[in-house]
Parts: sequence; C-alpha cells; structure tokens
Amino acid sequence: MAEITLDGLRHSYLPNPKKQSDYALKQMDLKWSDGGAYALLGPSGCGKSTLLNIISGLLIPSEGRILFNDQDVTSLAPDERNIAQVFQFPVIYDTMTVYDNLAFPLRNRGIAEDRIEQRVREISTMLELDDMLSQRASGLTPDNKQKISMGRGLVRDDVNVIMFDEPLTVIDPLLKWKLRSKLKELHQKVNVTMIYVTHDQTEALTFADQVVVMQEGEVVQVGTPIELFERPAHTFVGHFIGSPGMNILPCEILDGKALFNQQALELEGPIRADLAASPDSARTEIGIRPEHVSLGKAGDSNTLGGTVRKAVDLGHQNVVEVLVGEHRINAITEGDLPAAGDEVTLHFQPEYTRVYADGWIATEEAKA
Amino acid sequence: MKARALVPIIYILFLLLPIYWLVAMSFKTTNEILGGFSLFPQTWTIENYAVIFTDPSWYWGYINSIGYVSLNTIISLAAALPAAYAFSRYRFLGDKHLFFWLLTNRMAPAAVFALPFFQLYSAVGIFDTHLAVALAHCLFNIPLAVWILEGFMSGVPKELDETAYVDGYSFPAFFLKIFVPTIKAGIGVAAFFCFMFSWVELLLAKTLTAVAAKPIAAVMTKTSSSAGFELGLLAAAGVLTIIPGAIVIYFVRNYIAKGFALGRV
Amino acid sequence: MKTLNQKAWFFVLPVLILVAFNALVPLMTVVNYSVQETFGDNLFFWQGLDWFQQVLRSERFHGALGRQALFTITILLIEIPLGVAIALAMPRKGFWVPVCLVLMALPLLIPWNVVGAMWNIFTLPDIGLAGYTINEVLGIEYNMTRSPLAAWITIIVMDVWHWTSLVVLLSYAGIISIPDAYYQAAKIDGASNWAVFRYIQLPKMKRVLTIAVLLRFMDSFNIYTEPFVLTGGGPGNSTTLLSIDLVKTALGQFDLGPAAAMSLIYFAVTLLVSWLFYTIMTKDDAQ
Repeated sequence: MAEITLDGLRHSYLPNPKKQSDYALKQMDLKWSDGGAYALLGPSGCGKSTLLNIISGLLIPSEGRILFNDQDVTSLAPDERNIAQVFQFPVIYDTMTVYDNLAFPLRNRGIAEDRIEQRVREISTMLELDDMLSQRASGLTPDNKQKISMGRGLVRDDVNVIMFDEPLTVIDPLLKWKLRSKLKELHQKVNVTMIYVTHDQTEALTFADQVVVMQEGEVVQVGTPIELFERPAHTFVGHFIGSPGMNILPCEILDGKALFNQQALELEGPIRADLAASPDSARTEIGIRPEHVSLGKAGDSNTLGGTVRKAVDLGHQNVVEVLVGEHRINAITEGDLPAAGDEVTLHFQPEYTRVYADGWIATEEAKA
Repeated sequence: MKARALVPIIYILFLLLPIYWLVAMSFKTTNEILGGFSLFPQTWTIENYAVIFTDPSWYWGYINSIGYVSLNTIISLAAALPAAYAFSRYRFLGDKHLFFWLLTNRMAPAAVFALPFFQLYSAVGIFDTHLAVALAHCLFNIPLAVWILEGFMSGVPKELDETAYVDGYSFPAFFLKIFVPTIKAGIGVAAFFCFMFSWVELLLAKTLTAVAAKPIAAVMTKTSSSAGFELGLLAAAGVLTIIPGAIVIYFVRNYIAKGFALGRV
Repeated sequence: MKTLNQKAWFFVLPVLILVAFNALVPLMTVVNYSVQETFGDNLFFWQGLDWFQQVLRSERFHGALGRQALFTITILLIEIPLGVAIALAMPRKGFWVPVCLVLMALPLLIPWNVVGAMWNIFTLPDIGLAGYTINEVLGIEYNMTRSPLAAWITIIVMDVWHWTSLVVLLSYAGIISIPDAYYQAAKIDGASNWAVFRYIQLPKMKRVLTIAVLLRFMDSFNIYTEPFVLTGGGPGNSTTLLSIDLVKTALGQFDLGPAAAMSLIYFAVTLLVSWLFYTIMTKDDAQ
C-alpha cells in the first residue's frame, strides 16, 4: 500500500521534444493517497495508458519523478516496485493450471509453498475461482481469465498499487457488470490503492472514489464523481461525463455579465477578475448541464425562448432538444413530452450556469 | 542485449560464407583455381560470365528456367484462386477430404514420380517442353497455393461478397474487381512460394526435359559431371541463379515475417 | 459461415484436373508396375505382392531406409532447436529486422543443384575454402570422396545451412505475434528469461513449430538433389538416401517392379508420419 506522488512528470516519445504537442504527457503534479480507488478517465489517445505504464515501471518518463511513499522509484523496474497490472485482454499462462497461475508470482519470489497455498486459496475464494483451481487456464471463458489476471495481482501481499488498463474490453456486457461489482467489492476487502484506466464514464464513476479526467496528455480535473458532475472544471469534463453532455454555448462578456444571444444570464457567481477585465482575451462559453435546464414559463427570470426540435421519452425522464436561434440546447424534463415544433421557454438554474474561458472554468462560486 | 545480437550475426556470416566462396570462384581463372588455394581472386576475370552470356547453350538454360517457373506460377494461381474461394466460402460433398488429399500431394517424394512422369508426359507428347515442367510442378505448387490463398480468403468477411451481389455485380466482375484486390497480399505470398519451389526443383525439371526446354540446373550438372570440369564457369552459372531469388526476396521483404505465417498461422 | 453449395465443385475443377492428372495417373502406373513383371515388349505378368516382399526384405532397401531415417532424425534434432534459438535472439522490431530476414532467406531460394555444387566447391580438399581450411589450417584430414564420415558430416552441415532459415522464419513469425502485454505481465510477475520462454513463447509457437517440423520432416525424408549433386550417393553407397536409391533403381536400372513397390512403400511412410503431424496440428486448433 502506498501513497503515490507524481512530481513534475512529463513524457515525450520523441528523442528531442520541442513544443508542447511533442509531449504525450504534459506537466503533472498529483498525489494519490493510500488505499484509494482511482479512475483515469479519458478518450483514446489522451495519455492514460502512458501514465499507467510510467507508474508501473514499464515506461521511464522523460522528465520528472514518481514517488511511492516518498521513495523515488522512477528508475526502478516493475518487479522492484511491487505493483500489479491487469491488461486489456486476459494475460494468463496457458499451459498452467489456474492454481499454478495464481501461485506463479509468489513462486518467483521464493515464498514457501504452504504460505503460497494459503494465499492462493484466499484469493481464489474472493474471486470465486475455487472450483476451477485444477483446470488448465487456457480452457476458461474470458471473464474467468481476467479474474485470474486480477488474482495474480492480488495474491502478493506486498503490492503497493494495482493498475487496471481497460480490463473489461473483451468481456461480455452482461458479465461486465458482474466483474465491475466484484472489483469494487475487492477494493473494499483488500484496501490496496487501485488505479483503473478507462474511456467509459460509467465504469469510472461507479468504481472510483476519485476520478482523474485526462485529455490530450493533461489532467483536466481531479474529483469525486459528484464533483465532476456538479461542477466541471473544464468543458471537456462537462461534455465527456453525463449523457447527454453539458450544453456549451458561445457567449460574450460585457460589463462583468455573460451574454448569450444578446441576453444576459445569471451565473453561479462572479466572473474571474482577469477575464472580466479583458473579456476578449479568450474564447468564452457558457456551460450548463441539461439536468439543470428545465421548461419554464415566459416572463420568468433567467429564461430563453426557443422551438422544440425533438423530444425523446427515456422512461424515467425526457430529453428535449430545443433550438434557440442557431443553437441547440438539451434539457432534461419529466412529465408530459412536448411535441416537435412547440414553442417553449427554457429556464437555466443560475447556480449551475458557468462561464468557461478556453475551456477552463472562469466563474467563481458565490460566497454564501 | 548486445551479446544476443551476436547470434543472428554469426548465423548470417555462416550463411554467407559458401556464397562468398562461390562468387570468388566465379571471378577466378581455371588455372588459379586448380593451381592452389587463394582466399581472394588473384587474377580477376569476367571470362566465366562472358561465356555464359554469349553461349546459347548456357543462357538458354536461364531463359528456359524462368520460362517454366513463370508459366507454373500463372497456372497454379489461376487454378488455385477459384478453388480456394470454394473451400473458403462453401461446404460441399467431400470438401474436407479433397483438401486433405491436395495436401498429401505436397508430401509426395518427387523421386516416386520421376519415372511415371517421364512416361506420362512422353505419351501425351509434351516431353521436353516448358509446359511439361510447369504442369508437373503443379503437383506440389497448387496444393500449397490453395492452402495459402484459402487462409487469406477466410480473413475476408462474407459480407463483402453479399454487398457486391446486392449492388448488382455479376460473379466474375465481383471476383476480379473487388475480391482479388482485397487479397492481393495473399496472392503475392502464394506467387512467391510457387516461384520458389519451382525455381529450386531439379529432379522433375531435368527428367522432363532434354534439349529444347532444358533448365539451367540441367545445363550445370552436365558441366559438373565431366572430370577436370571448369569450376569457375560452374561457379559463375551458380551465382547467376541466385540473383533472381535475391530479387524476389527483396520485393517481398516486408511480407516475409507475416507472410511466412501463411495467412493462417 | 460457409453455405452448402454443391456447385462449388465447378470452382475446384481446374485444380482437380491438374492435380489428378499429375497424381492419379502416375500413381496408377506405379501401382500397375508394382504388381507385375515385364521382360520388355509390353508384356506383363502378374506378380502379386512379390515385389513388395522383395523390397521389404532387401538389404539394400533396409540400408537406404536406415540411412534416410538417420539423416532425417539428425537434421531435425539440429535444425529445430537451432532455428528457434536464432529466432529468439533476433530483435522484435527495428531497422535491422528486414535486413536480417532477407539475408537469412537467401539460401532458401537457391536452386537445389546449385546448393550441392556450391558445397562441392566449398569442401574440395585442396582448393575449397572449407576443405583447405580444415585440412591445412586445422590439420584434420577431410576428404568427402574417401571418407563416409566426412561425406555424412558434409551433407548434414549442408542441409543445416540450407534449411534452418525456414525454421527461423516460421518461428520468428510465431514469436512476433505475441502481444507485448505478455512480456510486460511476465516482468511484473518477476519471471526469469527461461520461464518466459517456457510458459509464454513456447506455447504460443506451438502451431508454427508443428508446421516447421512437418515441412522439414517431409522435405528431408524426400530429399534428392542436394546430396546427389554433392556426393552422388557415395563414397560407395554411404550417403545413398532413399530417393537417390529409388531414382537409381527406376531411371538408372529401369527395374520397374521393384522401383514401383519401393515408391509405394516410400510414399506410404511419408504419408503416415505427415498425417500424424497434421492430425495433431488440427486437433489443437479445434480445441
């Protein structure tokens, strides 16, 4: 178990990087506390696998350091760091039995056989592999094979952190759900730091206590699932998380107010001073989640008029797409479904209406 | 890590050694060769090569060889393509047995067929023609070509065929314009192996020819059977037979690692 | 999924005709000869299984078969491990890979008689590079035309030189198809190089290795040209392998009966062993 610190970490796959875009991982400074469940969430190519391989030691970063519990491990090989990694597809030793697969990492470290037996049985019970222990690993289904991969990581009791690199990629959707719950259960029992890399927001948000959202090699926000949902620090986070994603509308800053379609909208709080001072210095947008846009009455404060483009009944709620001027705004409503072509009024909840400058949040929360 | 690199290096040096010796010999005069040992040609001569390029009985050997090898490659591929398609897309009565029977022909000892072929091809009247050798080599090359092509074709989804029919393609048009371009890597690999096995084979090529279609291999063995033979000339002839092979490997170099997987490995 | 379609036989017809012409007709001829005796003038007399018995009892056949078995087993024992070892030592990525592969493939495309002639020139006692070096520089007596042992060693080294690259190329194809994640997991598990070979590389190479062994068995068991050009089967008959003996009987002596019987026995042995390999290979596939 360890606290992981990333200190000034940067990585480029090119020998002589010059510009920002040469770096696969841009400057990161992060601290992950002991025993937490973390997710690294982001689209393909955002650098999450690179970061994972740096943490596990399969890749040496071009700049910066990694510390496990204040010990610099940056140049240590993977088997010296006491980490475990589960890959996208099951990586098992085909010719060995399930038992031998699980015992392998312990045998390589010269641990006594009776201790090995104890550990292997403990882990196989946790993973529900008990009745398969004497079977050859190659004949099992993919989900059981992934469990063996996980088991090989858990069987060592000196493991600092277990990393999962999109482990459910080859698993059947039905079994995905089972394995996800099993992972959460495992984390609570074993209490080892776990880092889960994925591009699927559901996986990230259900597994992790803290989610690190990445885009194009940068950490865009770190927070609990709720924080990411309620107050996205970046338009990418707002857009990537939630279904449908956050509404992002172009806006103008004038006299400390944000205007969309020439209409001023109430915000969660004051606009950042530097932006208010030079409103044209960045691309400004307003962001608000469809969950916080509702149908209101004309004449209410903080409303916009528009025409319904389409409305879908999802059962527990409706998603209504409204055209305001040239822009489409999604709203989540309950009750009666409006028809396409209807004229409606959209109400924006001020506490969740924010300004973003070049993607980054630019309003400050109002002091209570 | 560096020590490990020695292994392929030493192996390649081992491979190149006899080839170097052949090349060195080809540039020596007969006197120098028989006079004693010399690591490097003391008197350079291109006399041996000159003989080969000017004497019809020599250069026709090469032309004949390239002739029947190309002919065989074309025939083998032309026959194998539809057959491989059938094996890849359809089930039919006896398909597995037919496939296995084809493979068994690849396993046959050429020596077993030497005499029967001699009689058969003479009886049919095509003894001593390029066609004879080309057809004879089909015995080994067609099964191989079918096996390789079937492997590649199985990697192409049936949806491609179905879409073409829906779009109104006739079967020949679909096959030639859509399917064949999709598997051109496989065709390349199959053509490579057909060329290879036909180019290197001696026994049947020699048995089925006499004068008109005599391959270079037969011309060379004629030379070597007499005592006091001209080693330099023999060496030059040998070097020239290596060149077409080297050219072909060069062209498929990027496929060697994957192509050797024969599509299904 | 494959659809049932008997019309597929039309697609297969050209192949069927070409291969059947080359295979069935000659084989029928061979079978015919194997059970008859002729004294010329197209007169044939039924002999039953006499030729087969004669061949199976003949010392000459036993000799050739024994030599052939020794040859095949020896080269399999050398070429397979050697080829695998070289493939393992090769880099998995990088500029040098195609260069190495091209150079290694070169011996495979040399006409077989040139291989024999090349090794002949190479090993001549006084004037060949290897011959001279072994006799004069190393002081070991080496003459292929006089010593059966020298002849044997030469044909084996020649075959290793000629065909090991096939094993290398096949093994290499198998090795590079293993995803990096396996090596990474092994590193994390603390596995030694030997464990990586035994538990990851070897199992994944099983299919290519079966093909390599099958091909090498078949081709070495049927080998004719290279040893014939190199030693002519000699000195005496010490390197007369099965094919060489068969061709001598058939085309040299025109002993049609014995040659035909021997051909069938020969073919049967090759088929049997190859069929065994093929079954093992496809059985593992179905698993």
